Amino acid sequence: MTKFIIILLSAVFINNYVLSRFLGICPFLGVSKKLDSATGMSLAVIFVMLMATAVTFPIQKYLLEPNNLVYLQTIVFILVIAALVQLVEIVLKKYIPSLHKSLGVYLPLITTNCAVLGVTILNIDEGYNFAEAMVNALGSGLGFFLAMVMFSGVRSTIEGSDIPESFKGLPITLIAAAITSLSFMGFGGVIENLFA
Amino acid sequence: MTEIIMAVIPVVIVGIICAAVLVVASKLMAVEENEKFPVIRQCLPGANCGACGFAGCDGYAKALCDNPDTPINLCIPGADNVAKQLSEILGVEFADVAEQIAVVHCSGDCTHTQDKYIYQGIESCAAAKLLYGGKGSCTYGCMGLGDCANACPQNAISVIANAAVINPVDCVGCGLCTRTCPNGLISLVTDTKNVVVTCSNHDKGAVTRKYCFNGCIGCKKCERVCPLNAIKVIDNVAVIDYKKCPDCPNFGICAENCTTGCIKISDLHGLHSVK
Repeated sequence: MTKFIIILLSAVFINNYVLSRFLGICPFLGVSKKLDSATGMSLAVIFVMLMATAVTFPIQKYLLEPNNLVYLQTIVFILVIAALVQLVEIVLKKYIPSLHKSLGVYLPLITTNCAVLGVTILNIDEGYNFAEAMVNALGSGLGFFLAMVMFSGVRSTIEGSDIPESFKGLPITLIAAAITSLSFMGFGGVIENLFA
Repeated sequence: MTEIIMAVIPVVIVGIICAAVLVVASKLMAVEENEKFPVIRQCLPGANCGACGFAGCDGYAKALCDNPDTPINLCIPGADNVAKQLSEILGVEFADVAEQIAVVHCSGDCTHTQDKYIYQGIESCAAAKLLYGGKGSCTYGCMGLGDCANACPQNAISVIANAAVINPVDCVGCGLCTRTCPNGLISLVTDTKNVVVTCSNHDKGAVTRKYCFNGCIGCKKCERVCPLNAIKVIDNVAVIDYKKCPDCPNFGICAENCTTGCIKISDLHGLHSVK
């Protein structure tokens, strides 16, 4: 049990995909302008990460490894993730059209979101079993969620403040992202020692 | 050779399974899109002004698709032209659009009014209004900082001599400016020959006179000369009931008799433009 908690917490805080590994930056900067679309996007990413792990893990264990096809890992995983994202898009369009509209182009971009592919491949590389891989996927998704929600708060503050002309727009957003990421470095080594 | 086939087959199988799932999902969860929607949306001007009462042109187009009882004559910027196209697409009877043009109910430009302080804040009427009711001596009048001009999608409003002036040729009657003016000085009138009260000052006559030479002093002369009782002085300013106005046998008599000249005849006939 302790192991699951460690995996979950380190995926959320220490190895946060956006702020520590710098994966999945595209939606992090693109959709974080408003809190509701940031939340929607994160929920979609959590869902896709969980589904992708649930599907790619058996594929790796029962299809690729027995047949010595591990070198096909990347292409097969991308294929599966792309299909999953398409599925999520169909579902959202049907049941939550407003969210579908506000996510816009970023939803199909989850297809090539390196955070999702990163989770599935790192699960294998870390040698997790299925349950641990699912926990790690959930933690990574929650970490993404945390980063998005925090950063949308930061951005709304930026929007209301007086910024030098040359910093307006993307420059100040990137600076804010850097500082947010810096703050996450503080979590290094905390979780392991919690249970020591 | 076997190695290549052994590599291709698993990928193909995975691909086929994914495709099958997607096909099933897209069949099960297909969203029905009305085929008329893009055509209707194309006809609408796309100003997203909200004059129709729906959330932008998309909202109106959707309402037209979904609800056959939605009137087709709600798009004021598009006017008769759009109503005609909509009636053709939807196969319903043509309904005339009441074209409207915005008018400013203030003529207190800088030659007729004084400033009570020098305003150095944000160039916005809404901001200036917060500071002692605006910089002008008349707190009801136009502040000339151009919130309406910024709101106008057609650039039909310009601020001339510290007062907003609407160019009726460019105005499409969307009404965005009427909602922007913090003093509520702008309203929409039909694009026919009209009499317009160009003052909104609710102060007593003597006070108004002190602030602005063009102001309505509430003398009620217009009330007396109006053959249809269409003008009433309410709260020290003349208000015209435009429902009665078109039948006037003696059109323009109120303007001729106005003591301060704040009732003006504005001939807007046929000036409503379709962009």
